[in-house]
Amino acid sequence: MKPAPFDYYCPRSLDEALALLAQYGDEAKVLAGGQSLVPAMNMRLARPGVIVDVNRLPEAAVIERCDGSLRVGMLARQADLERMPVALDAVPLLAQALPHVGHWQTRNRGTVCGSLAHADPSAELPLAIVVLDGAIEARSSARGTRWIAAGQFFESYFQTALQNDEIVVGASFPARREGWGYAFEEFAGRHGDFAIVAVACAVALEPNGVASEVRLGLGGVADKPHLAPLTAYCGRVLSQRDLPEIANAAVADIEPPSDLRGSARYRRALATNLAQRALTRALASARTACDGLAQ
Amino acid sequence: MARTSLSAVALQLSGSGAAVSEPAGPASATATPTFVLDVNGREHQLTVDARVTLLDALRDRLGLTGTKKGCDQGTCGACTVLVNGRRIDSCLTLAVMHEGDRVTTIEGLASGEQLHPIQAAFIKNDAFQCGYCTPGQLMSAVGMVNEGHAIDRNTVREQMSGNICRCGCYPHIVDAVLDWKGRS
Repeated sequence: MKPAPFDYYCPRSLDEALALLAQYGDEAKVLAGGQSLVPAMNMRLARPGVIVDVNRLPEAAVIERCDGSLRVGMLARQADLERMPVALDAVPLLAQALPHVGHWQTRNRGTVCGSLAHADPSAELPLAIVVLDGAIEARSSARGTRWIAAGQFFESYFQTALQNDEIVVGASFPARREGWGYAFEEFAGRHGDFAIVAVACAVALEPNGVASEVRLGLGGVADKPHLAPLTAYCGRVLSQRDLPEIANAAVADIEPPSDLRGSARYRRALATNLAQRALTRALASARTACDGLAQ
Repeated sequence: MARTSLSAVALQLSGSGAAVSEPAGPASATATPTFVLDVNGREHQLTVDARVTLLDALRDRLGLTGTKKGCDQGTCGACTVLVNGRRIDSCLTLAVMHEGDRVTTIEGLASGEQLHPIQAAFIKNDAFQCGYCTPGQLMSAVGMVNEGHAIDRNTVREQMSGNICRCGCYPHIVDAVLDWKGRS
């Protein structure tokens, strides 16, 4: 056994769990899937004095379509989503991102909301929810429920807008919309490892072919998912020849880190290539979606 | 490592490490819970430190040493077991979290002297050399088939990406899985 000592709580209701967080503050850590927290505790990078195991909370694993979004409850495992064709069809970007999230063994345990709350800057699910402009539902006993836009949720390495007394109770991923195309690209040392660079892209086309939105996010290049400012490319028809320029623009203001897995220069080159690939696929899929509309 | 990347990991996650004394909270706290673990159809009552992983409970408390400890951080898959039919890394989960779950280890795969067909297929196809990763490979293969995967070579390799074999027996492991699937 390697973790530092902690007191273990296994609340049977959300109210009990929230009361524990209110009581123990930053000493407590929520344990859901544990696929990041348990190894961090094993290596003693994390030494929480109190563990609040939320795995017994009822009704918390719900995955449902509502109001143009896919709502994922706090205990829904990554593999639950992957096993649900309706959900994957509703959010194509998630369908493409999920197979990159670890391996089956970790996805069977790891939760979608846990990955968001953990906020690893190389992780796929935070990147996907930022590009989709989704939202995270946080709850505390003192202040009730609040929704946090994904763009505001991730603050830095493993840092989020969550307060110590809050739990992520759900996440909302906007569903596929008419005229939109989506693509997810990633490069990792070994399949299932964290991305060296990951790119998520969503492009919306008007029926006349004009791009009304170009959203492209980069993972692994900053302290949080980086949404590239590409509004300059909206409102015009995009051709394949424009994509290298857009890809270059997407990486123009990043300052990727250098570490054992890749230098900053390597990451920048990788980001440019993956961005171009993602743009190509997202645009093609948006065109198909538009053609479908026209018929 | 498993679900934690970057050197920046050291920046994260708070807490002092001090154990907390008597809580006044709504749920009762304990550092050494007593609970029942169902392993291979047998119930075991355990009183262990809450820090004990499922892997350590299986090996050190229940003497089920077939499940192997490789990396202890969710990278190698040697500790793969089934929980309610799904494969997970037993090193990345605490034993106490699994009260009421059905845990299946490599010891629960065969029926007496009768090998599980995937075990027989591993022998027939020479799908191991040193054998250390084999229990994890077998449990992962069973989990994969439970999930409805394992159709062709590429799918098998992809779906078993969480299991490393340092002897490099992958081609024969894939042969064994496909052999089993062909016959099942």
